[in-house]
Parts: sequence; structure tokens; C-alpha cells
Amino acid sequence: MAENTLVVNEKVQLEYDGDNKVFLGFWIYIMTDCVLFASLFAVYAVLHGNTFGGPSASEIFNLPYVMIETLLLLTSSFTCGLAMISLQNRQAAKVRLFFIITFILGLSFLVMEIKEFHHLTTIGDSWTRSGFLSSYFTLVGTHGLHISVGLIWMAVMIFRIKKTKLTHANIRRMKMLALFWHFLDVIWIFIFSLVYLFGVLNK
Amino acid sequence: MSQSINKSPVISKHEDERLSLKPYVYGYIISLVLTATAYLSVRHHAASTTVLVGLVVILALTQFIVQVFYFLHLGKETKPRWKLYIFFLMVSIVLIIVFGSIWIINNLNSRMTIPQQIQYLNSQDGL
Repeated sequence: MAENTLVVNEKVQLEYDGDNKVFLGFWIYIMTDCVLFASLFAVYAVLHGNTFGGPSASEIFNLPYVMIETLLLLTSSFTCGLAMISLQNRQAAKVRLFFIITFILGLSFLVMEIKEFHHLTTIGDSWTRSGFLSSYFTLVGTHGLHISVGLIWMAVMIFRIKKTKLTHANIRRMKMLALFWHFLDVIWIFIFSLVYLFGVLNK
Repeated sequence: MSQSINKSPVISKHEDERLSLKPYVYGYIISLVLTATAYLSVRHHAASTTVLVGLVVILALTQFIVQVFYFLHLGKETKPRWKLYIFFLMVSIVLIIVFGSIWIINNLNSRMTIPQQIQYLNSQDGL
């Protein structure tokens, strides 16, 4: 019996060692994604004044609207953290509930962003209008694309918890998903501050 | 079987970090306060633009650090701190890209454009 547990523990130890490598790899991916966003921020910083006779940042940004988006994303990051705590306690139903709440908040954020983009393109201020709008749509659109991918991933995990429960592989995937989701909120801090708040400030 | 493996105390020893509710709540509340401060001060234009720009940058960086530590759990890992090293590498690359680009382009702009052109561009609403 003692020998048996030893074997099991060794196996588990190996699995967790493997996991740590996967998490480190995912962390490296996230850090390189930060570099991608940094280059887009640099493009925006260079081009944000080039309005080519089109609208400037302060004319098209609706600050209260963006504030609601920010609160939605921040709260979704928090509920994602709650899902991680339930995951640690191995409470499958609670994990699922918190991921569903996170999903709804994330989806509301995405819908608001798409509505904002739709509004801008219909009044003629699309990415073809000026250098400022090209860089704005690229930066915020790339973040929106990441959010969409995160939402698809989250929907898959919500179904997997229901179907295959908290298996070792599922736990690993959910931990990476949480890391990804928190990272998207971190990027949004800078979009909110450097794009929207600065845009309204520089009249 | 898998359930009993998951609940055995041995595993928690090997897991990188034990999560607790407190860091998440702190991170959430601090982030909320910082976001609201930045938003309200800009919305009501509480100070001069220069002061507000500095304030927004400081608040954003504070919130960045708070979220990286409370949500992304950086700095909780044990000795070979690879995550932390990669994080610092990322920060240095980001600083080079962002400030390098702004510096180079502004430099080019001032070298390649004669004052009359700048005056013309400004009168043409930022070409």
C-alpha cells in the first residue's frame, strides 16, 4: 500500500512538473503578446494626431460608455479569479457558475465594443478615414479579437466541465484561460488610460 | 480515483501557489478605486491638462502593478523565478519599442519638416 501511494505520488509529481512547463510556456506567450500590444500602442502614439481633417479623439470618444466597458471587463476579471478559487477547492458547479458569469460580462463588453465600432463606421469614421482612426481601430480591434478568442475558449471550457468534470487536463486549461483573461484586463488598463482618457484630455 | 488523488495533501505541496480570496478582493477594489479616480478627474477636468496626464499615467501604472501581482500572481513562484525574469525582459522590450518609436518619429518629424510646413499642417487640421 505504501509503495502504491509512492508510485501514485511520483506520477502526480511528474504530471505537475509537466504542468509547470506548460504554464511557463503560456506565460512566455502572454509576455510576447504584450510586446505585440506595445508595438500597436507605439503606432497609436505616433499617429494619434494625424486626423487628416477627420474627427479627433476627443470628438468621437464617449467617456461614460467606455467607463461601463471598463467596469464590465474588470468585474469579469474578478469573477474569473473567483472561478480559480473554486477550482482549487475542486467545486465543479461553482467553477462553472463563475465562468458563466465571466462569459456573460465578457460578452457584454464585446457587444458594447462592436456597437461602438459599428457606430463609428456608419457615420463615416472608419479605419480608412485617417491615420489616427487606422491606429485606433487596429489597437482596440486587436484587443477585441483577443477577447473573442477568450470567450470561445471559455464557452468550450464551460461545456467541458459539464461533460468531463474537473480532469487534470481541464484544470490545466482553465488555469491558462484565467491567466489569459486577467492579461486582457491588464492590457485594457492601458487602452482605457492612454487611448480614451488621453484622447479626451488632448482637446 | 482521480478525486482522491486531487484531494491528497501531497499535491498542494507541489502546486506553485495556493490561492486565497483576499488578493482577488483587494485587487478588484484597488483597481475599481484607481479606475474611478482617473475617470472622474478627467471627466470633471479637476486640474490642468499636464497634471492630469501625469496623474492618469501614475494611476494606470499602479493598477498595472496591482493586477499583475494580485491577479496574475507574479512574484509568488519559488526560486528559479523564470516568470519574473521573462516579465522584466518583456518590460524592457516594451519600453524600447514604445519610447524608441516616439523618440525616432518625433526626431524625424522635426528634422524633415520646415517650420512653414508645420504651420501649414496645423492650419490643415493635422494632416
